[in-house]
Amino acid sequence: MKVSIDPALCQGQGRCFSIAPAIFDFDDLGNGVVIGDGTLNAESVALARLAQSNCPEHAIFIEES
Amino acid sequence: MTTKPPVEDFATDWDHTDPQWVNNPYPIWEELRERCPIAHTHRYGGGWFPTTHEMVSAVANDTVHFTSRQVVVTNNKFPEFAPPAPMGGAPPITSDPPFHQIARRIMLPALAPGPVNALEPQIRELCVQHLDEIAGREFVDAGSEYAQFISPGVISRMLGFPPEDEDRFRDFVHLVLDLVDLPAEERAPLFAPMADYFSRQIDDHLANPRDDFTSYLLGVEVGGSKLAPEHVRGTMVLMLVAGIDTTWSAIGAAIWHLATHPKDLERLVNEPAIMPLAVEEFLRFYAPVTMARMVKEDFEFFGCPMKKDDWLLLGFPAANRDPVAFDDADRFIIDRAVNRHAAFGLGIHRCAGSNLARLELRVAVEEFIKRFTKFELAAGGDVTWAQGQVRGPRQIPLHVLAS
Repeated sequence: MKVSIDPALCQGQGRCFSIAPAIFDFDDLGNGVVIGDGTLNAESVALARLAQSNCPEHAIFIEES
Repeated sequence: MTTKPPVEDFATDWDHTDPQWVNNPYPIWEELRERCPIAHTHRYGGGWFPTTHEMVSAVANDTVHFTSRQVVVTNNKFPEFAPPAPMGGAPPITSDPPFHQIARRIMLPALAPGPVNALEPQIRELCVQHLDEIAGREFVDAGSEYAQFISPGVISRMLGFPPEDEDRFRDFVHLVLDLVDLPAEERAPLFAPMADYFSRQIDDHLANPRDDFTSYLLGVEVGGSKLAPEHVRGTMVLMLVAGIDTTWSAIGAAIWHLATHPKDLERLVNEPAIMPLAVEEFLRFYAPVTMARMVKEDFEFFGCPMKKDDWLLLGFPAANRDPVAFDDADRFIIDRAVNRHAAFGLGIHRCAGSNLARLELRVAVEEFIKRFTKFELAAGGDVTWAQGQVRGPRQIPLHVLAS
């Protein structure tokens, strides 16, 4: 499974990198970015989903593989 | 002050400065959400107030039909002192695309988590300093003796303004955000001292550039040229006005909540690990900031006939209480795990200072409950809430039970 952020939707609300700092980081404007290629393991999936369900802009996507 | 007729039906005559709304707006919004759900008023020259999360989100994300030219509802839809669209009086909050993005990108790097998080020790020190002054007392006012000092202290340092001018900053904020129902001809002249103050600060920074946000704005170049003077001034006004009252209100509301909900206070004192969740729930439940837009051209919005230049009061706090968007929306749940609140707005105008506001709120509450571990509202003490588009308690008289 893979997580991604749609940069066209992200407005830098800052929720993802606070909830899951091992999965998300921020760029120099404060917008969310995925660390690495976004591949999730068994442990990180739940955290990624939690971040997704807290994003006010609905900018986080999780792709089932 | 002028006297206005009291509101009889908020669905057809809403007024966000009506005492009922100021004291407790939530039941009003709940009723409107079920009945309307978009309320109308003829006051302020005419405007609308949508109450559902879906509608608030739709407005916030629609820059085609709505302009941000003015974001504070007043009796003057066309103030002569504000530069016109697309810049508006306080870029980027008053700006529309595509100019908005240029103005916003200038601000964001200074307010991104990196530089903001570096301020934590200073903010903590400021909180501790103010707590030292009220330590050991049985009665304290968490509003006028604590919350109101934190954000002016932080913002004046960022802008490089003398911290001793704090009282003046609160006067400016009061003028811009609270005195919104004054007749236009009474309100306009009150802006002169604020304009003079900013001119003096700009002159001082031009003569003595230093490492602060004001000097940064004066030096920044876009496409090879410096910013227009009205741009620099507008962004400084924005930082000062938007950075003070809002966070002060959020800190005050959080402390008021803890004073009136002893179980939540006890839990937060004993389980500091839930603080990040508590901060988001404070922001959802007591979201201080309501914004506004203006209708660009006549059009129909969710069945309502919006007219050019109508106000649109953008109630993020109302969206945060919409039961369609939140489970148990009217319950404060201190460790709410799923909390997609809109306290900082939605869309391209997301509060540029949200990282700073969140940090100030967390640190100010952390330090307060470290110092005062048990407190309640003082008997007979009145809590007064600010009127207008920023809601928070101004006086929070507390009886300290343990420290």
